[in-house]
Amino acid sequence: MTRPASTKPLSISLKSCAKTFADGTRVLEPLDLDIHAGETLVLLGPSGCGKTTTLRLIAGLEQPDAGGRVLFDGVDVTAQSIELRNVGMVFQSYALFPNMTVAGNVGYGLRIRKLPAAAQRARVAEMLAMMRIEALADRSIDQLSGGQRQRVALARALAVQPRALLLDEPLTALDAQLRDALRVEINQLLRELGITAIYVTHDQAEAMALGDRIIVMSHGRVAQTGTPREIYHQPASHFVAGFIGTMNRLSGEMGANGFVCAAGIVPWYGGHSAADEILFRPEDVRIAEEGEPADLVGSVAAAFFLGDRTRLFVDVGDRQPLVMESTARCTRGVGEQVRLRVDPQGVLDLSSQRGSL
Amino acid sequence: MRSHKMLFGLQLGFTLAVCAFLIVPVVLSILAGLTSNYFVGLESGLTLRWVFEVWDGYRDTIFRSIGISLACLLVTLVLGVPTAYVLTRSGSRLSRVVEELLMLPIAVPGLATALALISAYGGMGSFRTSWTFILVGHVLFTLPFMVRSVLAVLASIDLKTLEEGAASLGAGFRQRFFDIVLPNCRNGILAGSLMVVTLSIGEFNLTWLLHTPLTKTLPVGLADAYASLRLEIGSAYTLIFLLMIVPLLLALQAIARPRRKRFIRDDPVPEST
Repeated sequence: MTRPASTKPLSISLKSCAKTFADGTRVLEPLDLDIHAGETLVLLGPSGCGKTTTLRLIAGLEQPDAGGRVLFDGVDVTAQSIELRNVGMVFQSYALFPNMTVAGNVGYGLRIRKLPAAAQRARVAEMLAMMRIEALADRSIDQLSGGQRQRVALARALAVQPRALLLDEPLTALDAQLRDALRVEINQLLRELGITAIYVTHDQAEAMALGDRIIVMSHGRVAQTGTPREIYHQPASHFVAGFIGTMNRLSGEMGANGFVCAAGIVPWYGGHSAADEILFRPEDVRIAEEGEPADLVGSVAAAFFLGDRTRLFVDVGDRQPLVMESTARCTRGVGEQVRLRVDPQGVLDLSSQRGSL
Repeated sequence: MRSHKMLFGLQLGFTLAVCAFLIVPVVLSILAGLTSNYFVGLESGLTLRWVFEVWDGYRDTIFRSIGISLACLLVTLVLGVPTAYVLTRSGSRLSRVVEELLMLPIAVPGLATALALISAYGGMGSFRTSWTFILVGHVLFTLPFMVRSVLAVLASIDLKTLEEGAASLGAGFRQRFFDIVLPNCRNGILAGSLMVVTLSIGEFNLTWLLHTPLTKTLPVGLADAYASLRLEIGSAYTLIFLLMIVPLLLALQAIARPRRKRFIRDDPVPEST
């Protein structure tokens, strides 16, 4: 364990924090947010949705508009600058100091805190070992690869035993393979440390993998808050449904036996609804077995062999083809007719949210 | 094949001719300073007599020039580095205007600047007659070079994020300025410093109007020597000036050389334990 058991994780609250920039742009509508001690919270959304601003408000790099308050463990820290808040921060560009070695970077916060030299050395060695970059201690920053920089940035932020760890798109600058590997590592690290962590990303796969909870943001507002499962399976709005994963949409109208659309009838057990549109995920559709009745009938518009599976685009007479996945052995060709079954549990009706985000 | 060779020969010849055009006057001037009698020519023999005569007659101007250039450096450092920092950090339209205004003393002829200074402060007798009057002119003239040089380096690094990183680790403004800002614009400060010293030592336009008989600098003394003494003495003076300035110019070149950027690839899969 790299953290003394005595340091209790921090809980953070934002009370009606809004942010308007000097030029009058409102980037964040008044936001209330409670971050539980020890959880990993992911702020997810497209660029310009206010997620980074929220993180910077928590860090103390931005001040909320008048009336907004930031609380750490119930104590108002709104007026405190970042220097005094003791939060570890990892930037998208890493912000490593080019004038210092790796060890110098990791030890900088300890130097500022005037720790005895021996204690500084011990802590730096401990952090380098934790991130498995001992061999790089004396390198300068421009001698490091992107992945190595990422590790140094994490080691530097954690060396000072911060009350919370704030990460601003830390993996965006890396290539896909490395991103996946580091994502697993960061996840392990956060679980092990039990530290309160706030992670900003626009990558929904990253959010799913890392978050205890996800806050989906759009246009300066919270679109939905929930666990990754809730966000994925019960999206609160069309925006969330479209932003997270792939979602199929069918238009039609509710009938006595289900939802009637151009290609057939989708079973619906949700009771009375005036829905003219239903949504479901690709994994909730499958090709009907021989002799099994079909819900929908369509023709293959495109098929992509992905190795472990085949992705099919099926034309069902709607604006967009249905997306679904089949086994790798599926050999359906373009133009071939397919009979489909839809899992009624996966069918969503968001008609009551129409007009919201 | 043959035309290639001819082309190369032409290019080489042209280059050598340009070099000769630039270097020959300098070499002749140096030789003139070392020749016993310039009008007789080199046959009259080489001598260090003129160099010693310059040393005896104009030693004070050399030390004054060095002194003023160092004082000028100190002032431009104290004024210029914080100015560049503030201009970078604010990044507003106003800072662009200030940046352009700072360049004015370079665009305006030195004589005009000097006249302005004289009409403004000429009445203050003790100031007018002291070397600090010249210093003020030199600072006006060289400050833009210091600011520009530091600005260029600051623009190439993401200073704001670096400072935010330092702040997140608990560093206050003073610590950030000395630990992060200054070391990271070191090259700009060095290049600016050499530029300021070089320009200050060689400055003539302003200084010629600002000086008094008791506050002559090296270039003013040089003009004086050329105008009133033997050509050999003026040339020997030039030689001393070159000995002072060439090392500075070489150092400037060495610093200005861009550092090689290394590109490091990530291993496709990081080592795991």
